[in-house]
Parts: sequence; structure tokens; C-alpha cells
Amino acid sequence: MSASYYEKTARINLTTGEIKIEKTDLDLARKFIGGRGLGTKILYDEGVAAVEPLSPENKLIYITGPMTGSPTPSSGRYMVCTKSPLTGMIACSNSGGIWGAKLKFAGWDALIVEGEAPEWTYIHIEDDKITLLNADEYVGMMSEELDAKLREKHGEKASILNIGPAGEKKVLLAAIMNDKDRAAGRSGVGAVMGSKKLKAIVVNASRNNISDIIADIDALKAANSECLKILKANPVTSEGLKNYGTGILVNIINNIGTFPTKNWQESYYEKADDISGETTADTCLVKANACFRCPIACARVVDINGKAVGGPEYEPMWAYGGNCGNNDLGAINEANMWCNEYGLDAISVPCTIAAAMELYQRGYIKEEECDGIPLKWGSTEAIVEWTKRMGNPESPLAWLMSSGSARLCEHYGHPEYSMTVKKQEMPAYDARGIQGIGITYATSNRGGCHVRGYMISPEVLGLPEQLDRTTIEGKAAWAKIFQDLTAVIDSMGNCLFTSFALGAPQYAALLNAATGTSYTPEELLVVGDRIYNIERMFNKAAGMKPEDDRLPKRLTEEPIADGPSKGQISQIKLTLPQYYEARGWVNAFPTDDTLRKLGLDECVGK
Amino acid sequence: MIEVRLFATLRKGRGKIFYLEADVCQNGSQVLEHFSIPHEEVAIFLINGFHSSPDSEIHDGDVLAIFPPVGGG
Repeated sequence: MSASYYEKTARINLTTGEIKIEKTDLDLARKFIGGRGLGTKILYDEGVAAVEPLSPENKLIYITGPMTGSPTPSSGRYMVCTKSPLTGMIACSNSGGIWGAKLKFAGWDALIVEGEAPEWTYIHIEDDKITLLNADEYVGMMSEELDAKLREKHGEKASILNIGPAGEKKVLLAAIMNDKDRAAGRSGVGAVMGSKKLKAIVVNASRNNISDIIADIDALKAANSECLKILKANPVTSEGLKNYGTGILVNIINNIGTFPTKNWQESYYEKADDISGETTADTCLVKANACFRCPIACARVVDINGKAVGGPEYEPMWAYGGNCGNNDLGAINEANMWCNEYGLDAISVPCTIAAAMELYQRGYIKEEECDGIPLKWGSTEAIVEWTKRMGNPESPLAWLMSSGSARLCEHYGHPEYSMTVKKQEMPAYDARGIQGIGITYATSNRGGCHVRGYMISPEVLGLPEQLDRTTIEGKAAWAKIFQDLTAVIDSMGNCLFTSFALGAPQYAALLNAATGTSYTPEELLVVGDRIYNIERMFNKAAGMKPEDDRLPKRLTEEPIADGPSKGQISQIKLTLPQYYEARGWVNAFPTDDTLRKLGLDECVGK
Repeated sequence: MIEVRLFATLRKGRGKIFYLEADVCQNGSQVLEHFSIPHEEVAIFLINGFHSSPDSEIHDGDVLAIFPPVGGG
């Protein structure tokens, strides 16, 4: 064993209780790297695209990458791959903390969970030993309390992954939580876990590193040392994110007039500074937090009435803030905390509240449906209490909202107020004023998402170079490269944020040293392309149509109403054909030639 | 009048928002000098919401927003 894999995958059937140990297919692992790439390939090969997402036939893969747990920067990542109940397409949700590293330390590359348990169950992993245990006593428990109870039982060194009440109730916006406040947040992966009556996975590992499976430990040490130097020399990854967290973006995105406000009706929020990373640092920051082996430490711990809790990232700061017309940072921190406690997607939940507020503003949601808490812009009570209601829905409106804004707005006959792509809420950057991010949103295989090709880097932050955010020239090619590189980093098991400083040559050096491959940076991007295409083929098999690669009408038909980017509109109708050409796709899907070139012969003709 | 907004570490020892008479500074570099901000500490220099060079001319009514290197997502 010397390819940064333990070559062991556990296939756990919760219906029968059978646990099979399978050899991780190393050829496949090399071809798709691991993590996101390998997880998607397994789902595709096993026909998961055709199943009902919340049925026992769906599979839930918890998968590490070859770098997960390795002595490389920010290497605590694992991914949850499954068919999304929110989008009906591929879900791959990525999380940090230490759980992924511990799973690897215990000797497992991946867990494939199938079926549905006859009663509420949790999985306990102690190195080689995997046990299914009854979880009845934990049903209804909030995520943090469950974390504490399970560590009380299995030891302080145990790392806990779990779902809160939202996942139990199969809420389509449910997340999977790990290590208290880290989340595999998007696409409803928590609902799939709940549908299997799986409440938690506890990992105890004797190892605390994976040196025994690294192909060339000296080469890895050298590559790691080089990466750390670059990260330290870069002001974003050495100081910026540590000092202010991702919330530092609030002011910059607002100052260019692309800060969606009141469900994207406006794009500039006068009170943005009240809810910014700077204000967090000045008023409520307890400390910065870091995931496993992370020198960046972007996570926030904030004070809520004397209690230190995981704080919001930029996305929920925006979504509960400007997007709900709210400038109360304390309420944002509290609502975000409830997302973590109930196990909810802290992007889609507040975005759905924002959509509900617009429906209320326009008179489609009536006062009497609101159970005493009207969905008024800026209401701190509304953002906190409706988050809790969505985490454990009882009323008809709470159930509707917990299913996301696409289903909510469809129900009221106004789908145009759902700011989603493929039924998943778009994040915090108005694509009318930043043309390239619109390509990422429209073509993301998992629906509205910014971390599938972060075009904000070149278009706003000037990394690796400054592009004009308002033009479309060259953007399709840039978006493709960012998507492909992101697919590589995700699949490796390093954090995407390292890419503010590192590039393909550094990732190739790390991967080659750890796994014994000899990828050039260019070849690595081809692997990313392959991963992007296998995801797209999964979506095709799941019934995706070309028209699913689209942005909400508001972005293509309503110019920005106010602020510095006033008058701008998305040019996606021009950039999408350019993007398809760059990918070798026709009508949203790869041609057979493209599939063959990428070594995806098994997908030809499908 | 020119409105100057400072962010993140650039606020330290300076403040958040300033208003300068239009004839105090003719370009961005002079604004940086006015606030004793070294060029190398500036990563993003916005004039009225658009990325600009600090060498750009500035005019009465402009809003400047100045950031050190930042990232996030």
C-alpha cells in the first residue's frame, strides 16, 4: 500500500445490517483521483442516477481523497456523494473539520451506505471494526448535544458526524454536520441520511497520520513545505482570512454593487457594513478556528449571549443579512447557529426565507399563513424563528419553505421569485454584474453554487489576475478551467481555499508525491474535466434537460436596479454557447468524441 | 467632495469613511498618500464600484473604496 489509499471501502447495508469490506479500485481511484470524482463514478456505475433520492435504493457515499489526513495544507476534507432530493441530480457536498481525516486514520477510504435501517441507527467505527448501534435515544436531538453525548460515550477523541432534526424529517434543505459546526451543507444530503434512519457516524482511530501509505514521503514533505511557504507569503491565506473570515467579502461585493438584496430585487445594501467581517471582528468575534492541518483558519467562533458558537461564513451573512433586508449581525449569528443545530443548509435556508419575504411583500403569502411571525423584510424574529420552523417543520408553510424556494414559489404560482439553478439557491454574488460567475451558476452540476468554479477570484479579487467583471470575452474558458481545477482539489481532499495561493503545479506535486502518479499540471486539469463530465453524465441519466442550465429570469430580463452596477444584466445567452464549445458539449451534454477523449468510453451512446 | 471608504486592516489607526474636498487629491495615489497607505498594502482600488488603478484621476463626487488583499467564499 503506497498510493495514499488504504484500499478499503466499507459497503454498509442498513436494511440487512450486512457490512462488506471491498477493495478500493486503485485504477479507478487514479483515473478519478478520489473524493468527489471517485464517489460520482461509483454512483454512476451503480445506476444511482435512476433511483428515487429518498428511497432505500439511493446510496450515500462518504468518501475521502488521497490527500485527506495527509501532511499537506488543509487536508481534512471529505465528501458526501449521493443523488440529491433537492435537485434530482448529483450531490457532492464537501466538509472540513477532522472527521474525514479520522475516517482515513481508521483505515477507510470510503463508506458506501445503502438501504434503510429498520430502526434509528448510528454507525460506530473503531479502526477496522464497524458496528451498527441503536440510536432511538438520540432521535430529535440537536446536532451539538448529540455530538457531546456520543463523545461522552465513545471518548473525547471520537469525531462525530450527524444529522439534526431536519435530516430526520427528510427536510430537503437538511445538511450533514460534523465536529459540531462543520457542514456538508448543500443539496439536501442530510435528508438522504435521514431517509436511511442513520443518525450519526462516530469514528475512533488509533492512527493520527497516514504516513504508512504515502508513496514518497520525502517528496511529499518537500512539496508540502513549498506549499506552506506560498500560503504564508500570500496575504489572503496568511492573514486576511484569519483576521476577518470569509465575511470580509461583504463590503467588497457590496461596493461593486453585486450584493443581492431583498431576494435580488436590489444589488446594493446601504447597511452592509453592519453585517461585515470587519464588524464581526470588532464586536462579537471570540476567535478564528482552523480545520485539520489548516494554516488559513477562516472559520469564526462568535459570542451569542456569552456562549461561544460557530459563526457564519460570508454566504449566510449575506443571505440572512442583505438578502433578507436585515442589518442585525446578532440575529444572523443566532439564525446561523440554528442552522447548525437543526442541521440545515445555511445558504438555501435564508435564501428561501428571502423568497418567502418577497412572496409576502407581493401579497401571495398571507399574514394568516405566518403563524404570528410575518415574513417582513428585516424582521430579526422572522429570520430566527422561521429557521427553527424549517428545521422541524409542522405548519404547511414551514413544510413548503423547508423544501426550498423553487418548490415554495412554484406552489404560489410565481416560480420567477425563486433565485435558483436546478432548484438549488444561488449564493451571494449577483451574476448580472459579474459575468463569469453566471457561467458557473448556470452550468454547475449540483445547481446554484459558487464553489464549483469560483470566478469571483479573477473577476473581483484579482486572483490570479484581474479580469473585467462586466465583460464576457474569455470568460467561458476561464470558467471551465476553474471548474476543472476545483474538481481536482475537491477530489484530492484539500480545501478549495488553498487555491487563493496555490495553483495546478503545486497540486500536481502534492498528488504525485502522495500517490506515485506523474501528472503534469495540464494532465491534472484533464482529470478535472473528466470528473466534470462524469457528473454531467450522471445528471443526464437522472433526467437533466438542456434547459436546466439556465439562470433565473430576473438575471436575464431585469437589469440591476440600483447601486454601482445599475443597468447591468447577465449575458449568459451569449456565454453559454461559448462554454459548451470549450467543453466539447452540444445542447448541454458531452459529445461521444468528447467522452472518448476523456477516457469515458463507458458513457458513449448514453 | 470625494468619499473615501477604507476596509479591513486599512481601517486600523485611520477609520472607516472620509470626505475630502475635491481639490485635495487629483488621483488615487495622492489619496493613498493622504492617508499614509503604502501602495503595496492595497489590492483592490474601486472608483464608483469599478476596479481601477490608483493612478487613475479622480473627480468631484467620486466614491473610492480601498481594500487590502482579501479572499473568501
